[in-house]
Amino acid sequence: MLQDELSVVFEGAAGEGLRAIADILATVIKDCGYHISVSHEYMSRVRGGSNTAQLRITKHPRTAYTRRIDIFLGLSPHAASCLRERGESRTVGVIEVSTAEVQSTAEVQSTAGGSATGTLVATPFKAMAKEAGNSRYLNTIAGGILLGMIDLPLKPYIERLQTAFAQKGERVMTGNARAASLGYDWGKAHPAPEPLFPPPIDPELAGELLLLSGTAACGIGAVAAGCNFISSYPMSPGTGLLTFLAAKAESFGIVVDQAEDEIAAINAGIGAAYAGARAIVSTSGGGFDLMQEGLSLAAMTETPIVIHLGQRPGPATGLPTRTEQGDLSLALYAGHGEFPRIILTPGSLAELVMAMQHAFSAAGCYQVPVIILTDQHLLDLSTTIHRSEIHRIGHYASIVETGCGYRRYAFTPNGISPRGVPGYGEGIVRVDSDEHDEWGLITESFSMRRLMVEKRLKRRTALALAALPPSRFGNPEDASLIVLAWGSTRSLLDEVLQRRSNPDIAGLHFSQAFPLSAATFRLLSGKRLVVIENNATGQFADLVEREAGVRVSHRILKATGEPFAVEEVDGALEEIANA
Amino acid sequence: MHDSLDSFDMPGTTDMAWCPGCGNYKLLDSLKRALTLLEIDRTRLVMVSGIGQAAKAPQYINANMFNGLHGRALPAALGIRLANPELTLIVESGDGDMYGEGGNHFLHAIRRNPDITVIVHNNMVYGLTKGQASPTSCRAMTTPVQVKGVVSEPFNPAAVAIALNAPFVARAYAGNEEETTSIIMEAIRFKGTAIVDVLQPCVVFNALNTYTWFSEHTISVPEDHDPDDRTAAFALAVQDGPMPLGVLYRKEGRETYEEMVCCGQTPLHLCKAPDEVEFQNMLDRYR
Repeated sequence: MLQDELSVVFEGAAGEGLRAIADILATVIKDCGYHISVSHEYMSRVRGGSNTAQLRITKHPRTAYTRRIDIFLGLSPHAASCLRERGESRTVGVIEVSTAEVQSTAEVQSTAGGSATGTLVATPFKAMAKEAGNSRYLNTIAGGILLGMIDLPLKPYIERLQTAFAQKGERVMTGNARAASLGYDWGKAHPAPEPLFPPPIDPELAGELLLLSGTAACGIGAVAAGCNFISSYPMSPGTGLLTFLAAKAESFGIVVDQAEDEIAAINAGIGAAYAGARAIVSTSGGGFDLMQEGLSLAAMTETPIVIHLGQRPGPATGLPTRTEQGDLSLALYAGHGEFPRIILTPGSLAELVMAMQHAFSAAGCYQVPVIILTDQHLLDLSTTIHRSEIHRIGHYASIVETGCGYRRYAFTPNGISPRGVPGYGEGIVRVDSDEHDEWGLITESFSMRRLMVEKRLKRRTALALAALPPSRFGNPEDASLIVLAWGSTRSLLDEVLQRRSNPDIAGLHFSQAFPLSAATFRLLSGKRLVVIENNATGQFADLVEREAGVRVSHRILKATGEPFAVEEVDGALEEIANA
Repeated sequence: MHDSLDSFDMPGTTDMAWCPGCGNYKLLDSLKRALTLLEIDRTRLVMVSGIGQAAKAPQYINANMFNGLHGRALPAALGIRLANPELTLIVESGDGDMYGEGGNHFLHAIRRNPDITVIVHNNMVYGLTKGQASPTSCRAMTTPVQVKGVVSEPFNPAAVAIALNAPFVARAYAGNEEETTSIIMEAIRFKGTAIVDVLQPCVVFNALNTYTWFSEHTISVPEDHDPDDRTAAFALAVQDGPMPLGVLYRKEGRETYEEMVCCGQTPLHLCKAPDEVEFQNMLDRYR
């Protein structure tokens, strides 16, 4: 039986160009008509300077992290130990001859936990690099080997390499082409044990496949929404969006300001939005901590602001380059005083593009802060998406031209006043962080305070009605066990449920965590509920219990700094289902 | 004054939050007079402030207003400036707001040089919170918190601004209304960040720096001072003895932040989302 996926891991020391070559290969493989996802670094706990990039080539779109390794291409001196730790019986390890001689096949087999009897291909990487003219070509050779082993064409690889290295001169281009060919020939002579499944997409149509990171999807969504202002202070993993929009600033007329701190960033964003910009700020948990007074200001002044919060493990500096879903409670409760907010938790490229547009739309329509909660795993993962899955929404609350006597906080039945901006019309636009009257002037009147509190909170009704419903996996109406997920675990949920293939288990993925879609609550009553989340306490489970008045019986949690692997959640779910 | 000129007075009666005799009144009058004489269009003027008694000034001026958070007037003003380069922008706050809570923003706003006039009511004390030391309080002044007297070196706003190469730095005294008006007019007309530190008494919580004290401790900038000379300006800003009043430093011709950062956009509220062709072209890069 043909496999429907192939998982390839490249291993090498930092600086060996792993990321570059993984991205080039991913594009080549995509162009052949395959779905592919690229994740970086998950195995860097292996001692020494050993980084990895994983390429998951699949028949169906699958982006979750898997422990499976079909082909392992190791370049660093730690390759053998890395393979020993992670290899399994199906793994073909392609390792430098000199390393492989020391770490013989027998040793690899005996230390890999007994069950693993992977194949080792001792490969003259260094000799090939020498022949191609430079020891730096190891990564290019590894790429060629992979394509040879799985019998994909060499030519597009060389073309992509030429484009990538065009700036570096003729010698580097020729050398890389030579290295790719040498590797390719070696790979052809050592084919993978099973042929690669045929491409799921007609290669003629593969041009419609795009390869995007989560960060790029956020940026594309922001551009689609007409975002024209970003002020931010760099903080991983939120920096990528700032970088993305800076690169697009000229073409799309986006004003980019690198702030002196996150406090300045959000206040500048709110100032810009007051003057009519579609403003966003991007940060991570620590920076968001500093932004909280600004969140409260946005709420009090009813100024639309979009905040991208890319989560990473805390508290404090935590693990700056790793992943976690630990800041949901922070986003829920941040800012002093009582005010409405929206928290979006997209889980795929298409949802990221849509969430960003929805955020701008909702912020403008309801004049509330909107927080988009992502995480390092989702932002840094590059995956294929069909162009047709990228949608635009195109309706945004308009700014009104003010007339004489304009009142920024005019009372209306739904609490939302027409929004004017300074310099557009004959009116005066006053906003105030103090409690204010309809004109935006400071007041200490208790009766006005009561009316303004009501005005700000009244829109909660509309926000609840407009809450995005969760995506359904399987049939939650009939299943007795429902698995709930939010944010980056969407593809994981999808894949695990497909593996389980049990009609009695269904899944719901929430791309909006607050307010929760109340229409969904009836699905939850009387069911066994399981929540999957990448944190230590189950913050979403707590939220669902509180909001829906149900009990979550199991929480599948992980807070190591890594994303979940499909296999571990599959195992956990099996235990729960059988309990 | 000509009847057709805008007085910037608020319509109706206003419940003023300031103590009788406060220096804020004189400064407010000077500012409104400057706006009137410059014939500023109030629908295109935005007054931005933080929090404090001084920061309430925009409540008493008939123009657009962004009354933000304590210390954060400058970042908010920067956002407004970048979103609409056509507006006239004046930031008005006190010494605690601008030099204490907002100190970091003060430094970095000056480095950027947006076209904003920054007027700081400097009464060398915290009034709204009832009399604690401010960043500009004189050493040895006793307060309910600094019971043995202020021990920290006072913040010197003019010297700091000149050190950061703010292109327009002036010091005024609210008691001299005519001079204050003319300095404010010059600051508003100036293209770039204009810092105007306005000395003024707090008649309730600062028994040291009174109207008399300011009269005795200020002098005019020497007539032969060349405001284009940064070194001389710095020397005036830090000199011992009476504090020179007037325009200390003025350097024309520096590009503003918005000129360098904005890519020729119309005011951002008029910008549209990209059309479908532009959008699809962007996606092509990811093929």
